[in-house]
Amino acid sequence: MLEGYSITPDVFAGKTAAHIAALPAHEGKIHVTLGDFFEVSGNGGETATDTDIVIAGDCTRVKYIGSKMTSGTVTVNGNADMYVGGWMRGGKIHVKGNIDSFCGIQMEGGEILVDGDAKNHVGCAYRGDWRGMKGGTIRIKGSAGNDIGTFMLGGTIIIEKDAFIHVSTHAEGGTVIIKGDVEGRVGGQMVKGEMYVLGKIKFMMPGYQKVETVEKEVDGVKAKFDHYIGDLGERHPKSKGQVVYANLYLKAAA
Amino acid sequence: MASGEIIVKGGFVVDPIRKIDGDIGDVAIKDGKIVDKVSSSAKVIDAKGKVVMAGAVDVHAHVAGPKVNVGRLFRPEDKFLSGAFRSGMAQKNGYRMESGFSIPSTFKTGYDYARMGYAFVMEAAMPPIYSPHVHEEIHDTPIIDEAALPVFGNNWFVMDYLKKGEIENTAAYIAWLIKATKGYGVKVVNPGGTAAWGWGLNCLTLDDPVPYFETTPREIITGLIKANEYLGLPHSMHIHQNNLGNPGNYQLTIDSLKLAEGIKPKNKFGREQVMHSTHLQFHSYGGTGWGDFESKAKEVMDYVNKNKAITVDTGNVTLDETTTMTADGPFEHHLQGLNHLKWCNVDVEMETAAGVVPYVYDPNIKVCDIQWAIGLELALYAKDMNRIFITTDHPNAGPFTRYPRVMKWLMSKKAREDVLNSFKHKDKVIAATNLHQLDRELTLFEIAQMTRSGPAKCLGLGSIYGGLAPGMSADVAVFDLNFKNMPSNPDMIEKAFQRAACFIKSGEVVVKDGEVVSNGHKKTVWVNVKMPENLQVKRDITQSFTKDYTVDITNYPVRDYLAPHPYIIDVDVEA
Repeated sequence: MLEGYSITPDVFAGKTAAHIAALPAHEGKIHVTLGDFFEVSGNGGETATDTDIVIAGDCTRVKYIGSKMTSGTVTVNGNADMYVGGWMRGGKIHVKGNIDSFCGIQMEGGEILVDGDAKNHVGCAYRGDWRGMKGGTIRIKGSAGNDIGTFMLGGTIIIEKDAFIHVSTHAEGGTVIIKGDVEGRVGGQMVKGEMYVLGKIKFMMPGYQKVETVEKEVDGVKAKFDHYIGDLGERHPKSKGQVVYANLYLKAAA
Repeated sequence: MASGEIIVKGGFVVDPIRKIDGDIGDVAIKDGKIVDKVSSSAKVIDAKGKVVMAGAVDVHAHVAGPKVNVGRLFRPEDKFLSGAFRSGMAQKNGYRMESGFSIPSTFKTGYDYARMGYAFVMEAAMPPIYSPHVHEEIHDTPIIDEAALPVFGNNWFVMDYLKKGEIENTAAYIAWLIKATKGYGVKVVNPGGTAAWGWGLNCLTLDDPVPYFETTPREIITGLIKANEYLGLPHSMHIHQNNLGNPGNYQLTIDSLKLAEGIKPKNKFGREQVMHSTHLQFHSYGGTGWGDFESKAKEVMDYVNKNKAITVDTGNVTLDETTTMTADGPFEHHLQGLNHLKWCNVDVEMETAAGVVPYVYDPNIKVCDIQWAIGLELALYAKDMNRIFITTDHPNAGPFTRYPRVMKWLMSKKAREDVLNSFKHKDKVIAATNLHQLDRELTLFEIAQMTRSGPAKCLGLGSIYGGLAPGMSADVAVFDLNFKNMPSNPDMIEKAFQRAACFIKSGEVVVKDGEVVSNGHKKTVWVNVKMPENLQVKRDITQSFTKDYTVDITNYPVRDYLAPHPYIIDVDVEA
């Protein structure tokens, strides 16, 4: 298991292939270099913005790819491990395979695109923290596990297939769109923010109340949605005398 | 304790107990004690051009025990504030991994205190039934000497005896409990209020009744001061007052301080106060709400300055993200209602309770800035610097690692103005406080009083810690500050106090050039009160353990192996 925290355009910028190969990494508590695991060709750009990183091999056991990056691009032509794009502030990451957990946690900007599936904790807060994803976009073309957008404050997460449990728990902003089905626990203790589910929710949270049916377009899909507000068991702020709830839009039965 | 001889040569010695203020001199050490002179073969530490002080004494910090551990467990994110989360030192020198910022690991706690030249730290609130855990954690905290104050202010026995006015029985119970928990003195947290919290209530004035016990905070405070003096303990009653942290609480604070009037200190340890009022910053608030929230530091200090029977510590807000934790259960619930962050509440049987909530003292929020100013004003209004001590109520108002920053603010008007000028609501903060008008800059001598001679005397440890007189513990800190030519950049003061150039603890060099070079030999200090047997109290305790407690009385006391390096202070109470 390699801690690949150096694999970001910000770190690679201004470095030659030899310098990049000498960058630090950890395998457990053992100090290693990127060159111990990767053949590096080509040099970094002058700044992060002109740096594009392409990883050809399998990164199933490489963590922190693109974490904390502010600009530039990273492309992984295979799978990646945990913390892809964690704390990311800008730029673009494209993983062509599957990814493990904690992708885009506490990210503030930029874009993450995953062609395959994601495991748990997509775009959520770090364990214990109450300041989740603030901005940017995460798009998972496959399905995702549990704890999506926990403590989310802003930005957008799109899961194109199914998700398991715990969506937008404790969220106070941001948008989560799930195009497939969800097992349950959608929007628990959610204060503010939007959720769209285009498939079915197997078990609804009891703290959500249906208020209307509306037509909406979301991520290129136009449909009728049942509009729920919640979580009614949680505190909610007021704006212009009106209580602000979290909104859940669940695709209406045809 | 290390054997061998050391001489710290040629530094500017600042030692209030001997009234030495920057004279160039040597400090001689032999067998863990300060001595008059050593032989020519003594190891020489060159302190030329540097300040030499005794090891510092922290009168109030939460560094060990269940609520600290709750904080550690429920704030994994705190480690991101500790800087590099792999310690360079741990890997290079073979010392322990360090982690955490507001709730550092035990190892980081010991190392960080030592790096700042601290020799003794008082754990400020020990829940009696969890005292074995407190002692285990104290033992796992390297280098520094520590003691712990068991909490009494909401204890069922205490309230039962005091409602009947039974000072002697209260004293007998205190004597038993301090011995059983290997504790140090009498801590009181929100007297009556934490017990009322068991009914979802609080005590916000001195005369609010405590449900079921039919006593009041006033009776508890007065009774515990009297019981403390009846026993003649080294430390006085140590109180966290009622109605902490609420606008307009300063009047209650002054009223509570007045309860110390007319009671004479009675002890053989050189202590002159009968009440230590802790983290006074949280109790010096004016205003009717957060909108007109203002400083009443001057009003509170005007009273403290007049009454010699009181010592205080500041509880400075350091404008950091931190973790609040206190036996004031209702306060933590109130705080969680304000900031909506995670909250943990613990009820401790017949003894106390606790709450933990993270808190961000955000410099962009007016109230936090006013709190920051109040803490500094308290020290700047003080007349006797031997009766006011620097604390942050670690970690409640900020981590103890910010003490050097507090010293910088107290020593430099420029440093304070720089912070004031950085505030978004600068004008409102200036209008609600007096800090901007205060030109006073504390001297190194006054800082040494606030952190060395003062707190040591207040704890009744003035003959052991906080000074450099022959016979005292050889705790000597050398700081890279030129007494005759202090740096014009106040940040250099903070830097010097953050990382001592050298720190000798119990006669052993434990810090060199700001880095830990030894795990030292820590001691646990506790008070052994010997009092003639009181049959009624003995029977009450036995009955209560049979009837109410979850543990048997034989399993309750702290076993000797949990405090394997004790320093025991004997107190003989005459019949």
